[in-house]
This record gives sequence, C-alpha cells and structure tokens, in this order.
Amino acid sequence: MLRQAPRFLLRRASAAAMRWSRPFSTDLPAETAGDSKFVDAWKKLIPNIDPPKTPSAYMAPRPPTPSTIPSKLTVNLVLPYDSVLSAKEVDMVIVPAATGQMGVLPGHVATITELKPGILSVHEGNDITKYFLSGGFAFVHANSIADIIAIEATPVDRIDQNLVQKGLAEFQQKLNSASTDVEKAEAQIGIDVYSALNAALTG
Amino acid sequence: MAMAALRRDGRRIAAPLITPHPINPLRSSLASSDREHTLLGVRSISTQVVRNRMKSVRNIQKITKAMKMVAASKLRAIQTKAENSCGLWQPFTALLGDTPSVDVKKNVIVTISSDKGLCGGINSTSVKISRGLHKLNAGPEKECKYVILGEKAKAQLVRDSKKDIELAFTELQKNPLNYTQVAVLADDILKNVEYDALRIVFNKFQSVVAFVPTTSTVLSPEVVEREAEAGGKLGELDSYEIEGGETKSEVLQNLTEFQFSCVMFNAMLENACSEQGARMSAMDSSSRNAGDMLDRLTLTYNRTRQASITTELIEIISGASALEG
Repeated sequence: MLRQAPRFLLRRASAAAMRWSRPFSTDLPAETAGDSKFVDAWKKLIPNIDPPKTPSAYMAPRPPTPSTIPSKLTVNLVLPYDSVLSAKEVDMVIVPAATGQMGVLPGHVATITELKPGILSVHEGNDITKYFLSGGFAFVHANSIADIIAIEATPVDRIDQNLVQKGLAEFQQKLNSASTDVEKAEAQIGIDVYSALNAALTG
Repeated sequence: MAMAALRRDGRRIAAPLITPHPINPLRSSLASSDREHTLLGVRSISTQVVRNRMKSVRNIQKITKAMKMVAASKLRAIQTKAENSCGLWQPFTALLGDTPSVDVKKNVIVTISSDKGLCGGINSTSVKISRGLHKLNAGPEKECKYVILGEKAKAQLVRDSKKDIELAFTELQKNPLNYTQVAVLADDILKNVEYDALRIVFNKFQSVVAFVPTTSTVLSPEVVEREAEAGGKLGELDSYEIEGGETKSEVLQNLTEFQFSCVMFNAMLENACSEQGARMSAMDSSSRNAGDMLDRLTLTYNRTRQASITTELIEIISGASALEG
C-alpha cells in the first residue's frame, strides 16, 4: 500500500493543479458599466432566474485609439453568410460610398457611411483585390479598424458580362412598363445595380 | 411474494377482457387459451400484456433514435451557417455599444422560439426571460409589447399577456433560413410596430449541450441620438462623420434598420441551432429511458413466464401424487 502512495499523491496533486489552473472569477475582465446596471436591476426584480447574457459578453473588446497613427489598417468585411476578411492588415481600402469612391488609410477620421453597389478594392503592398459589393454600411473607427458590412460581395472575375447586359436590358424594360411607384422604385434599383456591375467590368 | 404477484397479474388482465375488441383470427391460439383460462378463474398468467407493452416501448425507442439522427444532421447543416454569420453583429456592437439597461418609453420584446416541440426547455427559458424583461421595463408611462416568432412561445404567452402581443409569426423554418427572408420579416416588424427599443430574446448556441439565453438591444434612431448627446457608451458617436444620405437622421435610420435585420438573422440562426441541439439531447435521454424501461419489462416478462411454468408443474405433480397416494 505504501508503494501506491506516491502514485496516488501524484494523481491527487495533478488533479488539484488542473482544478486551480482555471481562472478565478475576479481575474476575468469586469463587465462594462451598462451591463452591471442591467444585471443588478434584473437580480433585484427577478431573483430566481439568471439574467440573460448580452452581445458584449461574446465579443472581444476593441483596442483603444493609439496615440500615433498605426502603419496598417485592419479591415473586417462581413456578409450574412460569411466573413470574407476578418482582421486583415492592409495598406488602403477604397469603398464605394453613396457619395462616390472613398479611400480609407490608417488614421482616417472616424466615419459612418452608407454604401451603394460598386467595387471595393483592398490594397496590400502591390496586391489589389477587387470585390463587387451589393450595398451596406462601412464604419471606420478612430483606432484604424474598418468594418464593412455588405449583403453580397463577389470577386470581380466571377461576374459574367452577358448576364449583366441581359439584366440591364430587362430592368430598363421593367422601368418603362412600370405603373406604380413601388414597381418604378424596384426597377430603378435593378438598373442601378446592373449599371454598377457594368461599370465594374469595364472600368 | 410470488403468489401475491400472480394474484395481482390475474386481476389486471381481467379488466381489458371486459371491453369488446375485434378478435384477429390469425392471432396465435395461445392467446385465446390464456383468455379462456382466465375467464374460468384459473391462475394461468398471460404474458401477452407485458409483450404488448414491450413492443410499444421498443417502437418508441426506434422513433426517438431516428429523431435524434435527424436533429443531428439538421444541426450540422445549420451550424456552419450560424458560425459564418457571427461576424455580422459584431461591428454594430463595436460602434453602437450594448445598452440593455436603456430607459425608454416604448419597449418591444421580440421573442424567438421554435414551431415544433420535443426540444427540451429552450422555449420555456425564452418565455421566462421575456416575461422577466417585461417586468423589468414595466412602469408608469412605459409600455412593453411582444412580437412573437414561433408557435411555442405564442402558446405560452397568449395565456397571460394576450393584450400585449402585437404581432406573431409562425412557420418560419419551412424553407431554410436566408437573409432575404429575415430582411422582409424585419421590414414587416419595423413598419407595423412603434418602438423606442427592440429587445431580441433568443438562445445562443454554445455547444450541443449548452444554450445560453441572450438578449440583444436595438435602439430607434431618435433614442440613439438622445443617448449620444447624453454621453456614456454612445457618447463617441458624435465624433463619427456621417457620409452618404442627405441628413444624419436618415443615415441613422438606415443604420438602425440594417442593424435590426442583421441581429435578427444571427439570432434566428442561433436559436435554430439551439433547437436542434436541445432536440438531440431530449431524444437521446428519451431513447435511454425507453431502453431502461425495456430492461425492466423484460425482467417482469421472464418472471411471469417462469411463474406460469412453475404453476403448471405444481399442478401436474400434485395431481400425480394425489393419484399415487
């Protein structure tokens, strides 16, 4: 029995070590002020049920604004069904803002822009990757992080010229035969998208 | 103790024989002889009842095992979609912050639940959290309404909060979830409901056995402006330049509507994953339970069978010894 003792002690010690390697609750980052207010109010009124979690609990906090302008821009391009670029360090991006093409460099002023259908080009060193975006929003934060949220983004080399021409003709015909405002608006949207596609292919 | 068990079994099988039922001529003669003997009051035990029960439990076990497989395959399909969409709501939270404790007059709670049942406790959890949020945000001058997605939450909330339900949507999962469908749904909700803050309640999928109830808050553009001026989390919003669109409020309105549709899309996918995961574990424990019942019934069956054999032997032997002696 004494021979088994060291093995037994070793197992106990390693189990204890494994237990203590988990972080204490005080070591974890503290919740933000708004969250604790919500949690306290919940606990007071509804003590029996645990309060629900909120989205900030699932997200890593963003880095604060640095004092000097960083050398690279961090880009996140997200679509509903995929994250095309996540935390990619690039030199410059040109986004198709509603007011025209907008270039974003590191240290750009914080901006919220609406996007119209057009080309997004990502410049990194000597590589330029172009995507056709269907529209969405772009946020540029003061800490040189750019979030671009679009519904669709396809690389430009995947677009078929013939289908674009056909689609443009079809929507122009729809605009001519449209009677209600809703139909006119829909046809106009179609024309906008297809002409942007056309311009993307030729330009 | 064996005699007491035999007596109990004898009384139990007398009851179903009183009700008339169509006699299947193809059924084995053993069954009919059992019935005849019992009618005459002889203690011949019928194993038919236990056998029927075992057959039905075995069928239930097969069905629940099949349902678990189906839920597992559906979960695999929808889990990739949900993971791909998890980057969608993060930019909005990074920009506009997370404000569950915002104090507004018109709250709308959007509860996401499933249409089908047999999925464990996730729908009850969502409803409990919704009721909790309702209580938290009730007060003088404040109103709190529900918009319900899914049959199960509607059934539970209609019982006590019928007048607070604004809209209810069902049959959302007939076609696989995609962004266009959710965008149309979000548009419907935004058009028909007056809101200052929308609180979406859903179950976030952490793993196949863990689902965390979560609530996301989307504010209306007016409240966003008000909070930005008041400072706090949204205080930095004023430092952002707004481009595109004519006025700041127009862009803010588009922004909040877009945020709502993106957050809804992610929430619906996560809830669908949680539903399939919960159904998997519920069906798994049900199959295991059926297996346990089957084991117990097999023991009872064998005991009953051996008891009837013993009884016959006793009669034969006592008859023979009576003849001899």
